[in-house]
Amino acid sequence: MSSVATTQIKLTPERSRPSVRSRLQDALPKIVLAPSFAITIVFVYGFILWTIYLSFTNSKTFPSYVITGSRAYQRLWGWTFDTDPPSSWYTSITNMGIFGFLYIAICLALGLFLAILLDQKIRGEGVLRPIYLYPMALSFIVTGVAWKWFLDPGLGLEQTLHQWGWTSFHFDWIKNKDFVIYTVVIAGVWQASGFIMAMFLAGLRGIDGEIMKAAQIDGATTFQLYRRIVIPLLRPIFLSAFIVLAHLAIKSYDLVVALTSGGPGGSAWLPSNFMYEYTFKRNEMAVGSASAVIMLMTIVAIIVPYLYSELREKPR
Amino acid sequence: MSAVATPARPTASRQASGGMSTKTLNRIVIYGLLTLFALFYLMPLFVMLVTSFKTMDEIQNGNMLSLPKAPTFDPWLKAWGETCVGLTCAGIKGYFWNSIKMVVPAVLISTMLGALNGYVLTKWRFRGATLVFGLMLFACFIPFQSVLLPMATILGSLGRFGVSLQNSVGTSFGLGNSTVNLVFVHVVYGIGFTTLFFRNYYEAFPNELIKAAQVDGASFFQIFRRIMLPNSMPIFVVTVIYQFTNIWNDFLFASAYAGTGDSMPMTVALNNVVNTSTGVVEYNVNMAAAMIAALPTLIVYVVAGRYFVRGLMAGAVKG
Repeated sequence: MSSVATTQIKLTPERSRPSVRSRLQDALPKIVLAPSFAITIVFVYGFILWTIYLSFTNSKTFPSYVITGSRAYQRLWGWTFDTDPPSSWYTSITNMGIFGFLYIAICLALGLFLAILLDQKIRGEGVLRPIYLYPMALSFIVTGVAWKWFLDPGLGLEQTLHQWGWTSFHFDWIKNKDFVIYTVVIAGVWQASGFIMAMFLAGLRGIDGEIMKAAQIDGATTFQLYRRIVIPLLRPIFLSAFIVLAHLAIKSYDLVVALTSGGPGGSAWLPSNFMYEYTFKRNEMAVGSASAVIMLMTIVAIIVPYLYSELREKPR
Repeated sequence: MSAVATPARPTASRQASGGMSTKTLNRIVIYGLLTLFALFYLMPLFVMLVTSFKTMDEIQNGNMLSLPKAPTFDPWLKAWGETCVGLTCAGIKGYFWNSIKMVVPAVLISTMLGALNGYVLTKWRFRGATLVFGLMLFACFIPFQSVLLPMATILGSLGRFGVSLQNSVGTSFGLGNSTVNLVFVHVVYGIGFTTLFFRNYYEAFPNELIKAAQVDGASFFQIFRRIMLPNSMPIFVVTVIYQFTNIWNDFLFASAYAGTGDSMPMTVALNNVVNTSTGVVEYNVNMAAAMIAALPTLIVYVVAGRYFVRGLMAGAVKG
């Protein structure tokens, strides 16, 4: 488009006024997009570079801009499991592994299971679906407050079951440094599994009914039908759901704060909590930045291939 | 449904192929499971709600799941107007308004920018448009920890600049104001998503209409205002709801850039209320405060759940 305008200018120099205007018209879309793009470049990519830079300095309370090498990374990885309790960073990444794996696996399994149940021509689906999904509208802080109460040994589930006569029931995970991370899994699954259910349900509704009928005529049992035909057809949904959950898991921060306040001795920390604490509270800015860079790299490894394939499929 | 009364004949039903009662049994199991899960999802909200209407006495001596014997609205009033957030004891009402003041401009600005960006990226394509979009889209997925500190530094400098402006010119132009800062931050890190929503929506919008309008001499903005906007209602609703929920529920930016003082948004204030360790912990007030923090997004969900889900999906599944 812009090439058309420039040739016009060369051919008819006497009509320079309208051509300036038409050049402006041609550039207008880019001018409109420019601020957003500039903001993204500066405040996302520029800031990421800034964080990476800081992670190679020895910044403590205030940023320092003298490169001192990879000391922060060495400190992170130089800490060890052997101490008791293990160093905060190892606690954080172990928790990330436990939380990430269980959160993603349970959400996918439960989401698929509920979606299949709901897809059996259920009366009252219109009532059930919103009930499964509403936690997604709540903030992690509210979720954390609610579950903190619910899981509190003195007030919640344990106390209730004691009152009902099951006095040997014991459930104090939220106060136990070895199990507190599993309570984060419970609350996290509660919040996100309904949404994953909705994704699978949309996928199930998109499957051609003819295929199902054909398989049934061939004598496939319901179980075979789902295992061999339906679930393989849902593969793209599995991928999308995995991406959503992985990225939610790595970003999880608020839930740990609200539910456990970090757990006894920081035993519920995820890398996001580690980063916040070290950067803003323990005055170890370089170490905090290094942990942020590691989080970012993890996300990049998951998201970039996904986005690349998504955007490439529709070239135009 | 009448067959419910006779499910206890497994042998007979197995013989009669596809017998009525196997099917009924299946239905019972399915409905039973679905109800059980519904209870699982409803339980925390239910407990929160009933607790917020109980007296402290009843909480300490009663059952978590029982309905309040003498429902009282006092915890709600106390949470709204009296409870202590840190050291100030004026309730959470001020923080609620902080959140409103932050959410409304942030949602409107990011949605408008997203609409314009989506319009340009689909109807005025240029070389490199996909790359530009890809870069903006990736920004949605970054862990915000990787930009948290530089942004804090910049906001700090802007704040100091605002103070010197205040001293010399008499107004800081909003620099250094926490609410303004948060609006800015949420717009910056929200345009990736809003652009994604509008781009996917406008992609399906017929190009012929745009061409025809261009032939008729309509300008860039005329086409946007007269043709695109009137046809964008559904995606506007989706985007506004998505942004509203996200920004209202944000905790990380809020605690990093407005974590103390009178300018805290609701989520930070709620966390402070719950974690205030002085005196007797008033669980009923805490639960009422949590309910107040949850209500705006819950109401939006109840009123416009369909659009809410569409927004979530659009962020996850390609449009």
